[in-house]
Amino acid sequence: MLLGLWAARDIKQVRTVMVIGSSCLLAMSIWLTLHFIGERAAGNTEEMILQSSTVWFAPLHINYAVGVDGISVVMLLLSSIIVFTGTFASWKLQPLTKEFFMWFTLLSTGVYGFFISIDLFTMFMFYEVALIPMYLLIGYWGSGRKEYAAMKLTLMLMGGSALIILGLVGIYFFNGASTMNILEIAHNNHIPDAVQNVLFPFVFIGFGVLGALFPFHTWSPIGHGCAPTSVSMLHAGVLMKLGGYGCFRIAMFLLPHAAQDLAWIFLILTTISVVYGAFSACVQTDLKFINAYSSVSHCGLVLFALLMMTKVSCTGAILQMLSHGLMTALFFALIGMIYGRTHTRDIRKLGGLMKIMPFLSVGYVIAGLANLGLPGFSGFIAEMTIFTGSFENPDTFHRCCTIIAITSIVVTAVYILRTVGFILFEKVKDEHYLTLTDATWDERFAVCCLIFCVAGLGSFPLWASNAITDAVTPILQVVNL
Amino acid sequence: MDYSQFFNMIPEAGLIAVLVIVFLADLILKGEKKHSVLSLLTGALFICQTALCFYAEPASVFGGCYESTQAANVMKIILTAGAFIVLVMSQSWLERADVKNKEGEYYELIISTLLGMYVMISSGHFLMFFLGLEMASVPMACLVAFDKFKKNSAEGAAKFILTATFSSGVMLYGISFIYGAVGTLYFGDVAAQISASPLTILGLVFFFSGLGFKISLVPFHFWTADTYQGAPTAVTGYLSVVSKGAAAFALMTILMKVFAPMVEYWEYLMYIVILLTITIANLFALRQKELKRFMAFSSISQAGYIMLAVIGNSAMGLTALMYYVLIYVAANMAVFTIINVVETRGNGNTKMNCYDGFYGTNPKLSFLMTLALFSLAGIPPFAGMFCKFFVFMAAAEQGSTLAYLVVFIALLNTVPSLYYYLKIVKCMYINQTETPLPTFKSDNNTRFALALCTIGILLFGVCSCVYDWLAQAAGM
Repeated sequence: MLLGLWAARDIKQVRTVMVIGSSCLLAMSIWLTLHFIGERAAGNTEEMILQSSTVWFAPLHINYAVGVDGISVVMLLLSSIIVFTGTFASWKLQPLTKEFFMWFTLLSTGVYGFFISIDLFTMFMFYEVALIPMYLLIGYWGSGRKEYAAMKLTLMLMGGSALIILGLVGIYFFNGASTMNILEIAHNNHIPDAVQNVLFPFVFIGFGVLGALFPFHTWSPIGHGCAPTSVSMLHAGVLMKLGGYGCFRIAMFLLPHAAQDLAWIFLILTTISVVYGAFSACVQTDLKFINAYSSVSHCGLVLFALLMMTKVSCTGAILQMLSHGLMTALFFALIGMIYGRTHTRDIRKLGGLMKIMPFLSVGYVIAGLANLGLPGFSGFIAEMTIFTGSFENPDTFHRCCTIIAITSIVVTAVYILRTVGFILFEKVKDEHYLTLTDATWDERFAVCCLIFCVAGLGSFPLWASNAITDAVTPILQVVNL
Repeated sequence: MDYSQFFNMIPEAGLIAVLVIVFLADLILKGEKKHSVLSLLTGALFICQTALCFYAEPASVFGGCYESTQAANVMKIILTAGAFIVLVMSQSWLERADVKNKEGEYYELIISTLLGMYVMISSGHFLMFFLGLEMASVPMACLVAFDKFKKNSAEGAAKFILTATFSSGVMLYGISFIYGAVGTLYFGDVAAQISASPLTILGLVFFFSGLGFKISLVPFHFWTADTYQGAPTAVTGYLSVVSKGAAAFALMTILMKVFAPMVEYWEYLMYIVILLTITIANLFALRQKELKRFMAFSSISQAGYIMLAVIGNSAMGLTALMYYVLIYVAANMAVFTIINVVETRGNGNTKMNCYDGFYGTNPKLSFLMTLALFSLAGIPPFAGMFCKFFVFMAAAEQGSTLAYLVVFIALLNTVPSLYYYLKIVKCMYINQTETPLPTFKSDNNTRFALALCTIGILLFGVCSCVYDWLAQAAGM
């Protein structure tokens, strides 16, 4: 796809290549999902299917090893849906369209690579590939204080990956320096407990930076606020999931003892992010900032559920990743479209949009309802699973945390309904808005796709949750040993 | 005396032959065509020389004074290739009237410094090593001062030569301590007899400071910024990559081989020096406005990362070091090639803000520059990330808590370094200015040099065969 873009001369060709490329990816991931479900139904009980491994740097035991389990399958599906719709959402992007999509594609390559890798080095490499194009994407094509935002985001994430490198190198050497394969390390774990306790915070915080863990989330509001639409979509929708995925797959899976010992510290932090994110979203005035803080809250919930370490809560965490990815992407796409017309995202200046652009407004209402967990949409399924799973823990500490986190649902309703009321139903505040038009076909298409997925996941969650539970079980067996 | 011993020194003999041929050609050739013929001849000879290095076998001759290992031979290939890129990229600068008539001298000086580095990395005796070091330093001062009509070129050269002499003096003093303690200067014999005593420790520190100057480690780095700024850009590239790589390799082999019994002492020394180097250089680099000064500090901090490989004290460390140097050659030379071409076309300006809006006028060059900077900052899929990761692994292999601490601080330092590399990217892509550099077409030589470097940046990381080749040479 990158090569295709390189060859593309004008904007039309760029669009064609992107559409074809992202449709192929979407088709491939749907095929992968079906194939995966088929394999499982046929009784294939391997931990990872479609494994393949090529020796890369033999002296260092680095292999290019890939494979998928239920978690990666649904994550891949999510990524391709968002790349596909993101292409449509940035249909009219100017200037330097070609360069934009080149970096965009590089970013998505990193994401796909990350989700399929089962080798520490390969995984980390793709992780970095996914991070750095953000700098240019936000810095050049963004809006507002874009240079500051881009720099802050890149540097904070780089700091996170510095912590991760140390963790990975430590895991490799303390496990006997014989393999970088995640599955092999997990099943022959010789890392001493004391070492695990040291390495765990490094890896968990490292990935936690991307997953918007409480004191390290500060890049997220400004970063999302300033990024162009499709980048916000991809970043909040998929990239933040890299953090949760990494925490689960590397920090908890490979350092199980420490995960048991130290979970309480991080549980407190994640509870804070859940509640704090929700309250912060209540007082924001910029649409994107509201949504960014809401992402902090929801991604905090992902980490929170993972740390609860019951089968149900972890399944809920992955479902939440999936559902939050779709919802946020929908939100950011709509905000981008509204901003493209009104040129403001300040909710005090917007109003009465329901009359002017009914399609976008209805989309917004649906996204909002999904976000606050209305049954029938994906958000409900995910949050329900998480809280049920978390409450399974019998002790007071876990239950208290759960109860505190549950309050965020109410707060979420507050800020969503407040926003919806402000911008959609009040009086039109600017005469100029009356001349604005509703969504064009490419925008409608993107929005419809996303709504379809959100509602689809909400109505038929069983296939996804089965696939996920299936993958979560062996990991938790290791963690809870 | 057995003259056939010289046959075991193929790389050195070949390089001397190149030197003589270039020298004679410089004398004989006259007239209009001299420039093109001479540069083509030198280029061709360098390619032959690189090829020749592939045939070199490990050997020990002259009673162990000269000891060439497989790793040293590979290192020679890397150095020669680096010097070749320097030659190619300097063509656009050599066309200037005031340097054109000294072209032959330029080539000869480059070749003799290279010869010095050859001797330095394959010596088996302290005096031989010292000889090589001096041979690599003294002509270098002439190269730095090559821009005769620029004041800061002369100033840079003066600083360089004074510091070089001083540090050679200190180093020689250190060597004399070691001689006093063990009574021999052969590497093998010293390694067998040396033990930690105040005298040998002092000798080690003095010896180390001499090499620290060449690699420009903190606190021996004070000459670097001025010299890099003053020197002609091609020479700066040469200084920052080839000369530094050779010295780093020599330091590692000597520490591993000769000072092996004193390993706990020099590892402490390395910890301190590495931390100082990386941190201080990064802090200084943050504030630079002049691109060549900036690259000076960036290269100091890169030297700190290279030194991390030394901590490993193993074949894996040696491999990581060579790999790092190789990739550093590609990335840094790409940056300097672009600085050079911008300088020649843009009125000799190397200020950072003259790159504002560069992407608008010269998209290809700034794209390549971005690749190179990303590689320097250690961002995949470019090669820089691989070599950084391997260097960290090599250091962590040592296993002590202190080593992990050093790795951790070095890792944290990648954040400010990413910041300042991105600053240049930001200049090129995001900053807008009324007067961007005009669009220009770069000449073929520049393109060729850039193509070589870009291939290196893109492929050396992903293609593991390069790493395997080095690992095999290092005996891993």
